[in-house]
Amino acid sequence: MQSYITRYVQVNGAAIHVDGGLYYRGEASGAEFLAEAYKGIGLDYPKFYKMDPLSRLAVLATEMLLKGRKITQEYKPEDVAVIVTSAHSSLDTDLRYQQSVATAPSPSLFVYTLPNVMIGEVCIRQGIKGENTCFVSADFDPEFQAGYVNGLLVEGRAEVCISGRADYLRGGMNAFFMLVEKNPASLGEYNTQTIKQLYDRQWKN
Amino acid sequence: MEELMQTLKGQIVEQLNLQHIKPEDIGDDQPLFIEGLGLDSIDALELIVLLQQKYGIKLANPSEGPTVFKTVRSIAEYITAHKAA
Repeated sequence: MQSYITRYVQVNGAAIHVDGGLYYRGEASGAEFLAEAYKGIGLDYPKFYKMDPLSRLAVLATEMLLKGRKITQEYKPEDVAVIVTSAHSSLDTDLRYQQSVATAPSPSLFVYTLPNVMIGEVCIRQGIKGENTCFVSADFDPEFQAGYVNGLLVEGRAEVCISGRADYLRGGMNAFFMLVEKNPASLGEYNTQTIKQLYDRQWKN
Repeated sequence: MEELMQTLKGQIVEQLNLQHIKPEDIGDDQPLFIEGLGLDSIDALELIVLLQQKYGIKLANPSEGPTVFKTVRSIAEYITAHKAA
């Protein structure tokens, strides 16, 4: 069985690209870019403001990835998987929480001191109930990503998967999300080579 | 009391990251949780922190929370009573 990339999104802290084309370019940088982009893409989800930057990044990227789709109507919510990797995990929020401990520990920071929370926010926003996990790895590993996600699809543990990478630390950010389906009307096969090509391309935008 | 309620509204918006709400949009007697402003359990913890940080008041009995944090007015009344105490 072959799986395919039907859309991909890149958020690099200055712009949002969809399928390689510029969708939104902001003027702010760092965390302010995320708030600016929220308005720029017309997202209406007040809970966004309560999220930490990593979750905001993942929610924004997913919003663009699924724009115009009704993914949990097209598929059972239980059949939509989310598999994301990250280099710095929740470190940005961990550090800010550590600072808050000196005065008064912040409950709203504490709840974001796990990387899986960004996936939880994505699932809540989109109504997704399928298998999900976040792997922490220093470098993006297309071979691992392709192997893990294709395994899910082959084994029938998911019918569609949001697959990619999200990373945020001290204002620097990068998100690269792909929608992986069994639908052959696609941008390319979901395999190590294509993932690597698309991931590398984002740095040229 | 009026001045304290206005101050509280600003502090609530800031502490709870309610960037989509203006302080003046919060009613004095508007329920803060569920059907009102839509705050949740984490927000309740942040309100406890706010009382400690800004007013030096510790909520002695957590079961008082739902009553104390019902509205901006009820918080202001609690602060007034406990600051004077």
